[in-house]
Amino acid sequence: MTDQSSTRLPETVYTPDSSVAKPREMLRDMFRDLARSGDLAWRLAVRDIQAQYRQNVLGILWAFITPLFTTLTWIFLQGSGIVAVGATDIPYPVYVFTGTMLWAIFTDAMNAPMNQTQSASGLLAKFNFPREALIVSGIYKILFNAGIKILLMLGALVIIGIYPGWHLLIFPLGIVSLILVGTALGLLVTPIGMLYKDVGRVIPLGLQFLMYLTPVVFAMPKDGWVATLFQINPLTPLILNARNWLTGFPPEQMTYFVIVNLLAVLMLLIAWGAYRLVMPILIERTGA
Amino acid sequence: MSDDILIDVQGVSKKFCRDLKKSLWYGLQDLGNELRGHRHGSSGQLRPEEFWAIRDISFQVKRGECLGLIGRNGAGKSTLLKILNGLLKPDEGRIRLRGRIGALIELGGGFNPILSGRENIYIGGSVFGFSRAEIDKKLDEIIDFSELEEFIDMPVRNYSSGMKVRLGFSVAVHLDPDILFLDEVLAVGDAGFKLKSYGKMTELLNRCAVVFVSHSMPTIARASNRIILMKDGTDAYYGDDISYGIEQYLDLFDGEVSENAFSDGVQIHDIRLNVDYTQQVSGQTAVVNYLEDLIFLINLDIDIKHEFFDIQIWITDKDMKNVANYSSGTFGNTLRNTGDTMSVKIRWPECCLTNGEYSTTVIISKPIEIKNGSRAREDRIAVYQHILKFKVRGFKGLQWAPFHFQGQIELHKRLEDCQST
Repeated sequence: MTDQSSTRLPETVYTPDSSVAKPREMLRDMFRDLARSGDLAWRLAVRDIQAQYRQNVLGILWAFITPLFTTLTWIFLQGSGIVAVGATDIPYPVYVFTGTMLWAIFTDAMNAPMNQTQSASGLLAKFNFPREALIVSGIYKILFNAGIKILLMLGALVIIGIYPGWHLLIFPLGIVSLILVGTALGLLVTPIGMLYKDVGRVIPLGLQFLMYLTPVVFAMPKDGWVATLFQINPLTPLILNARNWLTGFPPEQMTYFVIVNLLAVLMLLIAWGAYRLVMPILIERTGA
Repeated sequence: MSDDILIDVQGVSKKFCRDLKKSLWYGLQDLGNELRGHRHGSSGQLRPEEFWAIRDISFQVKRGECLGLIGRNGAGKSTLLKILNGLLKPDEGRIRLRGRIGALIELGGGFNPILSGRENIYIGGSVFGFSRAEIDKKLDEIIDFSELEEFIDMPVRNYSSGMKVRLGFSVAVHLDPDILFLDEVLAVGDAGFKLKSYGKMTELLNRCAVVFVSHSMPTIARASNRIILMKDGTDAYYGDDISYGIEQYLDLFDGEVSENAFSDGVQIHDIRLNVDYTQQVSGQTAVVNYLEDLIFLINLDIDIKHEFFDIQIWITDKDMKNVANYSSGTFGNTLRNTGDTMSVKIRWPECCLTNGEYSTTVIISKPIEIKNGSRAREDRIAVYQHILKFKVRGFKGLQWAPFHFQGQIELHKRLEDCQST
């Protein structure tokens, strides 16, 4: 053993001290692990996508069967006059179809961190690998599923005769925003959600309620307190603009859109740090 | 820290909680503390329902050394290994590791059942932190070592547990780790693979620091330079006297005397061991010195319906492994039943069992008939399990093995000279 080769050895230190006490080192470790997790994240994503479709006859179709049924339900509700959804700039079926598809991308992103952590529990308790790999592979999977949804939406739009035009070039920004905000929110609730299962039950309820306050199936109300709720809902500019870009309309609420995205980046960073801190606790308290 | 110390553990402790609800709540508090930059596990105090799963463990392992971790189930071995591997955070103390870490904490875990062995090698490799190129380079070697060529493209779901062990072990040892943590991993493979694995471990030991958990004392004795005997989370023994440590470990099992299994007209009144049979009272643990003769005295009645009988004596160690057997029939010493109370004396010269506690099982059987040249099944009349315990003392040596022969050694110039004496 020469001195030279042994000094090059990477050093790992474990102590009870919180890494938050040294934020610079913590950030450095976070980004180092993120870089290291790339290969593993890709493999895990490919593995899961293969597994997801290997045991399903309908395979990829599942990515859009659920939004399609939601769309049909709302077209029925609107057409029969049971529910008044307000006037939309584009034909209502297109409005509700794109809305539910985009919303599904958001909820996918929101659910991914917790699902990823839960399904990797066996791996987590036995191997020390960069935990970021789980989050990143979750994002890969969302992108894959979102890609299928986008293709279906585009296909449907072309058939109906709506051409998005050059706005389509900005449309990916809308998708990225939806995934960013969804991942940040999902990651933020994961640490507590993994300890207490109650959180996992509350999220779908909350999401359902939130959907009706976002222009997914309802058009933006013009006035009243509901209109205010729609206005302050941070998801409104995301859905609104993603749909506008897809269907060739000019963007709305761009300032709020930018603010929401910046806040989401900050939130993602904090949630990421908390996620790293909770891992050993999770393995200890729940056996992961 | 000197250059070749790869594992440095200083005063590591870990608390666990008995109650799940409280445990989750403490977990949330710990998370809160950490988010505010405070240290993990609050103060050094135990909260209600908590106990020390690991208490103040310190050790160092250099390159080329292997530390054996032994102890009863629940003594804290696996927990310690998980802390070393960074899966759990210590509540006190400090761990410094230098170099690349390969760890096999639990086997069969971590494989995706739907994917093939080959795909899992890549996933396993990247879990250990290796790039695709590095794994590409080692792939053939890994598959070769695991002896799974035929099955490597089959889903791991169809692998046996032994095959999963092979795959996991092959991946862990072929990626050139500096530090290797192994938890009971060699217990599952078949004999051939075990042998190969020991060979590989010996080879790795030259450039690796290994911490190794096992319940198999021969394995520990063979692989370790030093051992830690864990008892209730503390190190009851830490040092390089492997044989002393193993003996201490085996002494943890207070052999509960289980009574006889069955008897068909046999009554053993008394069984004594050794020398002064007037002093030795049955039921107590006798002490025999290493290389002393072992003499069993058995006082028994056998129903007259059994005309002839054989006596067998089985000696088992604390691990419940048979270490020595004696059967009177094997040496043509079938005894005739007198119908009265009989006293049987059996002598084994120069007991070369190693230090430790042993248990004696006595079996009375009908003489084995020889039919058509092959031996028929033995027909047992009575089995007295663990009827007598004794301890062997006085062997002085560092190595541990079940037997230590006393040999005579000569030195000659040529091989032929050796033959003549």
